[in-house]
Amino acid sequence: MKQLMKGNEAMAEAAVMAGCRYYFGYPITPQNEVPEYMSWRLPQVGGVYKQAESELASVNMLFGAGAAGGRAMTSSSGLGISLMQEGISHICACEVPAVILNVARGGPAIGSIQPGQADYYQMTRGGGTGDYHMIVYTPGNLQEACDLIQLAFDKADQYRNAVAVYVDGCIGQLMESVEIQPRTPDPKYQDKPWAATGWDGKSRPKARFTSVFMDAAKCEAHNDHLQEKYRIIRETETRLQCVDTEDADIVLVAYGTTARICTSAKRMAEKAGIRVGIVRPITVWPFPYRQVQEACAHAKAVLCVEMSAGQMLDDVKIALNGTKPSYLYYRLGGMMPAAKDICREIVRLNEEVR
Amino acid sequence: MAVIYQKSAYLNDVKRHYCPGCSHGIAHKIVGEVLEEMGLLEKTIMVAPVGCSGLLYDYSNTDGIHALHGRAPAVATGVKAVHPDKIVYAYQGDGDLISIGTGETVSAAARGENITVIFANNSIFGMTGGQMAGTTLVGEKTSTCRDGRNPQVDGYPVGVCEMLAPLQGAKYIARASLHDVPHILKAKQMIRTAFEYQLNNRGYSLVELLCACPTNLKMSPTDACRWVGEEMTKTFPLGVFKEE
Repeated sequence: MKQLMKGNEAMAEAAVMAGCRYYFGYPITPQNEVPEYMSWRLPQVGGVYKQAESELASVNMLFGAGAAGGRAMTSSSGLGISLMQEGISHICACEVPAVILNVARGGPAIGSIQPGQADYYQMTRGGGTGDYHMIVYTPGNLQEACDLIQLAFDKADQYRNAVAVYVDGCIGQLMESVEIQPRTPDPKYQDKPWAATGWDGKSRPKARFTSVFMDAAKCEAHNDHLQEKYRIIRETETRLQCVDTEDADIVLVAYGTTARICTSAKRMAEKAGIRVGIVRPITVWPFPYRQVQEACAHAKAVLCVEMSAGQMLDDVKIALNGTKPSYLYYRLGGMMPAAKDICREIVRLNEEVR
Repeated sequence: MAVIYQKSAYLNDVKRHYCPGCSHGIAHKIVGEVLEEMGLLEKTIMVAPVGCSGLLYDYSNTDGIHALHGRAPAVATGVKAVHPDKIVYAYQGDGDLISIGTGETVSAAARGENITVIFANNSIFGMTGGQMAGTTLVGEKTSTCRDGRNPQVDGYPVGVCEMLAPLQGAKYIARASLHDVPHILKAKQMIRTAFEYQLNNRGYSLVELLCACPTNLKMSPTDACRWVGEEMTKTFPLGVFKEE
């Protein structure tokens, strides 16, 4: 059944319907409806809501719940996610499943409370120490956000790793029509013999979670193990959507609400006779490098559109590897790009590369 | 021949890395004895800190989770949310609990989390080589206050029990010392009471243990224990601060 729901509440309900039973969070705009919703909803299904004293605490509560075998999540916005970075690195190093929702606002630092995408580096590169990664989903609308947050729990269990859903504040704050289905946790990963549940000394190995290795060679071996996991994720978990890229002269690369605005810009530019395609990464880590290069094979130019100053452009350039000229159009600080401005950029670019 | 003494089943045979005269071994021993005597070993999930006792999960026959520096109460909160029927305890030193972890400590106590914290206070950062801690005594010499802690420059040590006891969520707060056998036996009794509080869902419990760090105090183990008994207890008086 389709319902009209506010983004943050819908994403919270989607998590509950995917079996999330533990939520830890701290208020920050524009994601406050997530903890508010979880605070009354989780007790209804036998779950636990904890309001943490900080995002430092939230992420470490999340770590504890995940290590204990619970299906758990936290949510925040950019600068709260900043405080979580050490914890995310630790979660990935200790191989604990965890789901993290970032409803992003304008930065840097406190920035604004309007929608932003300037946490791209933070989400894809991370601010924690060492060679770790999160899978990062970038849904383009609320329905996809609900579907991906449900998938995120299974992927977190499958890879025993942090999985993030990274939306701009627009998706969190807009009301849209969504259908939230119950999603049964993937049974392949629900047996968790590694979890800390109390040890009887015989029926399984002792549960042990640490990111410390006093012996550098053992630390390297652990890193090699993690890198092998990330290699498999890179090979199997990239997602993107390509629209009309086969014969496009100008290909736009954009994610989230920006990609939605690009759809309008595309229509406008097509009226002016320009063939426009859109590549929309749905995972930004792993970034679909090969697929983006293939999708741009016919293009005369590639225009990256972001609510950040070229953060994703770095990945687009890696994808293109010098095969195509790439350009950037962006708005910052919580200001969203307008379709007519993107269209103007497309027209200008089309003249330039003709 | 009858066995009259053996180490707790809580402890395994992994070689410890502790210095001679360090109190952590005694603390682990009595925590283990209490858990074993109460029949709780198989129900226990332990959260270890960053610091000298950071490898505790390798020494104990319990499930173990290593928390980041200062975050053990938050990690224990997450574990307890999933397993309210299990015994969840955090073992923390003074660098971990008070210097970097004050926020998590005060907040977990204020929420009345039904967890137990064993707080090993040796007045100094041990693992990093003897720097001033949140509990370093006035006048105590460390590698970052070479002439002794000067309140005009370095401020004052924090009494953790005194700070936590007024919080409504804190239910059992006590301080013991490990400098001699009679005090070790008292400490063990307090640890037992703390775990009984958790077992009976009575809320947050913490037992502070005054510990000796001979290496960083630059004393013999005997002198370090004497210093704990004679000097540390002046700043950190022993006793039960809250029991409700």
